[in-house]
Amino acid sequence: MFSYLANPARFDRFARIAIPVSGWLALGLVGVGLWFALFNSPPDYQQSETIRIMYVHVPAAWLGLALYLAMGVASFVYFVWRHPVADVAAAAIAPIGAVFAALCLITGSLWGKPTWGAWWVWDARLTSMLIQLLLFLGYMALRGALEDEKQAAKSAAILAMAGLINLPVVKFSVEWWASLHQGASVIRMDGPTIDPSQLTPLLVMAIGFSALAGWMVLYRMRTALIDRRARALQLAREAGA
Amino acid sequence: MSEFFAMDGYAAFIWPAYGLTALGVFGLVALVLSERRAANARLAREERDVKSENP
Repeated sequence: MFSYLANPARFDRFARIAIPVSGWLALGLVGVGLWFALFNSPPDYQQSETIRIMYVHVPAAWLGLALYLAMGVASFVYFVWRHPVADVAAAAIAPIGAVFAALCLITGSLWGKPTWGAWWVWDARLTSMLIQLLLFLGYMALRGALEDEKQAAKSAAILAMAGLINLPVVKFSVEWWASLHQGASVIRMDGPTIDPSQLTPLLVMAIGFSALAGWMVLYRMRTALIDRRARALQLAREAGA
Repeated sequence: MSEFFAMDGYAAFIWPAYGLTALGVFGLVALVLSERRAANARLAREERDVKSENP
C-alpha cells in the first residue's frame, strides 16, 4: 500500500475519495459520540460527572500517540526508500499530532485537579506524554529552521524515528513506575475492564476523532502537493527567464 | 437544564475540557482550510504567469 500511494498521481486519486468519506464519517461519529458522552451515559460511581472528561481526553491521547507512530513510520519510509509522498505525510501529520497531544495534557490536567487534587504532577505518564508533545514541536521547529528542503526533510525524519522510542515509554509508564495515572482499562491483554455504558461513547468518540485526524492529514497532504506543483512551475519559469 | 450545565459541581472542569478540545479541533480545521486557499491561489498565479510568458 505504501509503494502504491508513493506515486503522487495515485495518491491524489485515493485522496479525492478518502477525504470526503473521512470528513463525513468524522462529522457523524463525533456528533453521535458527543450525544452519548454528554447525555446518554451514566456518571461514574466514584468520579461522578468528571468521567465525561474521559471521552475527549482518551481519544486525544490515543491520537497523539497514533499520529506520532504514523509520522515515525512515514519518516522511515521516506528515509529508506525516498518516497516523496511519505515525507509529505510526515510533515502533514506533525501539527495535528501536536494539537492532540496538547489537548491530552490540557484535558488531563482538568481531570486531575478534581480527582487527584493536582493540575500537574511530574509523574512518569504525564512527563512522558509531555515529551511526546515536545517531539512534535521539535520536529516542526527543525523543519522550519533548515533552509534546504531535502536537508530539512532528512533531518526531521531522523528526529521523528528517534522519537519513536518514547511511544512504549508512554504506553507502559503506568506499569513500569508507580503512577497516579490509572492503568490501561481498554487496550489490555484480557480485554476491556470498563463498563459498556462508558466504553460505547469512548469508542465512538475515538473512531470519530481518528476519522477527523485522517481527514485533516489527507487534506494537508493534498495541499502540500498543490503547493509543490506551484513551486515547480515557479522554478521552471525562473530557470527559463 | 441548569442541573445539566452544573455537572454535579464539576462544571468548571468538564466544560473547559470540552471547550478547549473544540477550540483545538476548529483551530486545526481553520488552519487546514486556509492553507489550501493559499496553495490554490499560488498555483493559479503561477499557471497564469506561465501562460502569459508562453502565449
